[in-house]
Amino acid sequence: MTDPTGKRPRSIWTRRFHQLGSPPFFYNLVGKILPWVGTLCALCFAVGLYSGLILAPTDYQQGESYRIIYIHVPAAWMSMFVYLILAISGGIGLIWRMKLAQAIARASAPIGAAYTFLALLTGSLWGKPMWGTWWIWDARLTSELVLLFLYLGYMALQSAIDDRRTAARAGAVLALVGVVNLPIIHFSVEWWSTLHQGPTVTKFDKPSIATSMLIPLLLMAIAFQLHYLVALFARVRTEILDSERRSAWVTKMLVPS
Amino acid sequence: MGGYALFVWPAYGATVLVLSLAVVLPLRRHRQLTRELEMIAMQRNRSQIT
Repeated sequence: MTDPTGKRPRSIWTRRFHQLGSPPFFYNLVGKILPWVGTLCALCFAVGLYSGLILAPTDYQQGESYRIIYIHVPAAWMSMFVYLILAISGGIGLIWRMKLAQAIARASAPIGAAYTFLALLTGSLWGKPMWGTWWIWDARLTSELVLLFLYLGYMALQSAIDDRRTAARAGAVLALVGVVNLPIIHFSVEWWSTLHQGPTVTKFDKPSIATSMLIPLLLMAIAFQLHYLVALFARVRTEILDSERRSAWVTKMLVPS
Repeated sequence: MGGYALFVWPAYGATVLVLSLAVVLPLRRHRQLTRELEMIAMQRNRSQIT
């Protein structure tokens, strides 16, 4: 069955998906849900910080210094998660030339760089009292530093190339090549000997962390995920507005005449 | 913080600062851009009328 225009009839889900991918629709949708996600994020941080800094017990080996875990581990997880999003949305933008995917990739990079920076900084502040050094060139720390350089390289590429579509394509290739670094980061503590401790939560066995310490950690992980959404939404709206500044819908929205 | 205050609080302080900036800066940039584009659109409207 074909319609008169010769196109295949599209299901409601295909139409929904295409609608979501249209910049004006996404711009308005995100603008509406941003305050709600922001409120939820603030609540999660409040509960997570309270339970992590006040309710959770002191560690019998590391004393109070272990409390850095509640920001260090979520930041490190997010540094890798956001990179995955950067590579996937970059890939989608590369293959299907989807403008929204390109905007999401471009907007994600600085946020991911911020998480990576925080993971390195808080790790350093935790390493000094526990290992006796701010930094060592071992596999875990070095591969996380490489991740930061991948983000910074991506951002430099975006600002160096004026044409958005060329920049998106070049960035996507860089992001996809860099994906090889993610398993290296994750397994580095098992493949090479290191000062860094092995995985305590993300493994197939039961997590080797007390439940009273695990719950605040998971709360903080959710709070960081929500923070990524808030920061991404704020950034991607600016991206869309900037790249669509000459479109009719932007003019109509700003100056309804 | 059991003698570790010098390490724990800077870590938390830096995190709060960076996470706040990651939200506040793009929101501010968005407001600036909206105002800028509004101005351009209004100028274009005016030049069309005259």
